[in-house]
Amino acid sequence: MTMTILTVDDSRTMRTMLKLALAEAGFHVTQAEDGMHGLEVLKQDRPRVIVTDINMPRLDGFGFIEAVRKDHQYRAIPILVLTTENDGDKKMRARQAGATGWIVKPFDPVKLIAAIRRVAA
Amino acid sequence: MDHMAEIRVTFFQECEEQLAALEAGLMTMEEGDTSSETVNAVFRAVHSVKGGAGAFQLTALVNFAHVFETALDMVRSGLLMPETDVMKLFLRAADVLSDLVAASREGNDIDPASHAGIADEFAALTGSGTDDAAEEFADVEFQPIVVAAGEPDAAAMQSFAIHFRPHSGLYAKANEPVALLRELGRLGQTVAQCDTSALPPLDEIDANESYLAWTLDLTTDQSEAAIREVFEFTDGDCDLSIQPVQPAGTENLDIAALLKRVREEVPGAMSTAVAEDSVKVPDITGPTAPAAKAPVKPPVPQPTIRVDLDRVDRLINLVGELVINQAMLAQRVYQSGHVKNSDVATSLEELEQLTREIQESVMAIRAQPVKPLFQRMSRIVREVAEATAKTVRLRTEGEATEIDKTVIELLADPLTHMIRNAVDHGLEKPEDRVAAGKPEEGVVRLSAAHRSGRVVIEVSDDGAGINRPRVLASAVAKGLVAPNAQLSETEIDNLLFLPGFSTASSVSNISGRGVGMDVVKRSIQALGGRITISSTPREGSTFSMSLPLTLAVLDGIVVSIANHTFVIPLTAIVETLRPEPSSVHSMGDGAYVMRVRDSFVPLIDVGVELGVRPPSDIPRSGVAVLVETENRNRSALLVDYIQDQRQVVIKSLETNYGPVKGIAAATILGDGRVAMILDVDALVSDRLTDGVTAEQHLAKAS
Repeated sequence: MTMTILTVDDSRTMRTMLKLALAEAGFHVTQAEDGMHGLEVLKQDRPRVIVTDINMPRLDGFGFIEAVRKDHQYRAIPILVLTTENDGDKKMRARQAGATGWIVKPFDPVKLIAAIRRVAA
Repeated sequence: MDHMAEIRVTFFQECEEQLAALEAGLMTMEEGDTSSETVNAVFRAVHSVKGGAGAFQLTALVNFAHVFETALDMVRSGLLMPETDVMKLFLRAADVLSDLVAASREGNDIDPASHAGIADEFAALTGSGTDDAAEEFADVEFQPIVVAAGEPDAAAMQSFAIHFRPHSGLYAKANEPVALLRELGRLGQTVAQCDTSALPPLDEIDANESYLAWTLDLTTDQSEAAIREVFEFTDGDCDLSIQPVQPAGTENLDIAALLKRVREEVPGAMSTAVAEDSVKVPDITGPTAPAAKAPVKPPVPQPTIRVDLDRVDRLINLVGELVINQAMLAQRVYQSGHVKNSDVATSLEELEQLTREIQESVMAIRAQPVKPLFQRMSRIVREVAEATAKTVRLRTEGEATEIDKTVIELLADPLTHMIRNAVDHGLEKPEDRVAAGKPEEGVVRLSAAHRSGRVVIEVSDDGAGINRPRVLASAVAKGLVAPNAQLSETEIDNLLFLPGFSTASSVSNISGRGVGMDVVKRSIQALGGRITISSTPREGSTFSMSLPLTLAVLDGIVVSIANHTFVIPLTAIVETLRPEPSSVHSMGDGAYVMRVRDSFVPLIDVGVELGVRPPSDIPRSGVAVLVETENRNRSALLVDYIQDQRQVVIKSLETNYGPVKGIAAATILGDGRVAMILDVDALVSDRLTDGVTAEQHLAKAS
């Protein structure tokens, strides 16, 4: 059974890298360019796990996570935060918003996939 | 590796976009808009560059982006005020970042000294070291993956007692104990016991609360750290204890007791649960979707797609053919006797309108806003201002004006040169400005606008204006004009475009790079454009360029020469005259000059030059088209008569046939015949001498 992963990142480079790493691991990947877009894509193809960036235009990662958690249909979807910020502050804010876990950019594909498997129910 | 190379290309493309966004954002900030939206956009641009650079181990780029980003973050959080000095530093940093990106793309070594100074300035500003980014990333790179070897006797099996009681927050973050238990199972043998003692009666259960806890015995060859890593994301959301223990006997989960309890409680709870569900259902599907609730909707960016330029060009070409075909069809229909207002003719007119619309739409695909080009100019202004110790503000207008991509690309060099000139030669020194009662800060204005089917780009400065006596004196000294020549102001201004002209008494290292305004003018003309100067003493100068919207069509006059049809580009034409017998003089050897008011210009019999008719006696009939080449040489081209003035679709002769001297390109006319577009420059400057005549070419081409 193929697991669908939604990645939300405004950087084309990151999106490409995520898609590549996840597709190679056998996941089905859907992608969005910012939080707003993420909420739309979410509805078209329900993901098992969401991987999202923090700094994004229109709706940032915090706002995106909060919006997902507020929606009864989607609030149980694990969300991994992908960000270069290695500081606890950002991590705390992301967790308060409802992030399940985090991955530090630049990501190691092995760790990324391990983290996804860990949170995927 | 192929994939990585591809992503690398994407990364650098994206960098260009981010750098443009950075520049634009900084300009907005400099103009006083320090709203969080603007500052965030600037921060994101630098942040994205850093993020991508980290993936490619571009350490120098990462480090610099990091210090830059740190300062921007401080502005974002209000710890640093974006004052003039800070903004200047940011702008310079944007330039450095752009250089580092370029160097990284080319794979060039980066000399840390090249930007050490600015990095130090940042360090002073933010009060932090400059190397934490490297550490941050080094950290990540070298972090071991799950298979930590641990102690020497790691292979030995070890047992751990794990107590795990999730809080409700763990579930709220969509962490799942089942997944955690499964992950622990991957590490070794697990025996799990579920503690259900906290579970209330079923009708009192709050679905959002946490009631279960687990005790596990894990026998594994992994270290405690590996176990803790499984619980990494649950930190703070559960009670967790992990104790190494000696292998112990196993205990069983008292499933039987739990089942018994459930059986007893379910009947009573069922009705409540169902009722609750029926209330909840509309809630789930109702209008609570977060998107609908989103507060103020920011402007949605227009969705775009990336298309190969080749595909667009093919489309443009095909539409060009369509236009020609449509014209041919129309001509045939009228020839076959249909009257202007017949049904066929009406339909044809509609078709013509549609065709024209399609053509315009397709041309619009290639069109791009001049904004990125203008943004590049702000850097030039900064560099020249710094080198000349002037304070300059660049004001841009009409950045959204769209123009053909190729035109934009070819415009970069001449525009750069004009901007350099405007700052270096146009603006006065700060002290002179103050003495003249002007503000110390000079203004260079760069504007773009659509005007009657063309794009007009203007570069103006509020400097001293062209010093006409000095320009004239300099031209005389260089022997470019006669000492006693009487020149109008415009004529003097135009002397700037003469090859080898330079007014600055000392050639500065900014403008004096061997490129003169003559080169600028030639580049603009090569684009089918015109350039004009207007200048007012003490108020400044304006260089105005008028450019075609596209290089795919051309305005020209259609002329007949010995029953052949040619097109002369309109940009080259000054005026048309009728040669009077008294005004044409033979110079011998088949060369003629024609008197145009009080000067003589060469009269070129195009038919003879191209070999479509034998040389005749003194040309007296026909029309003389006075043209001016890119080098300002004037000549009169003798043609038989002028048919029409129209826009023609340019067809490359070189691609479809081969280069022909004296011919720039070809086009297909409404009657289906091929017409050559004259290369006025080639005709005027180097007369055709070789044996191959255009007639032979024409015969082959048609």
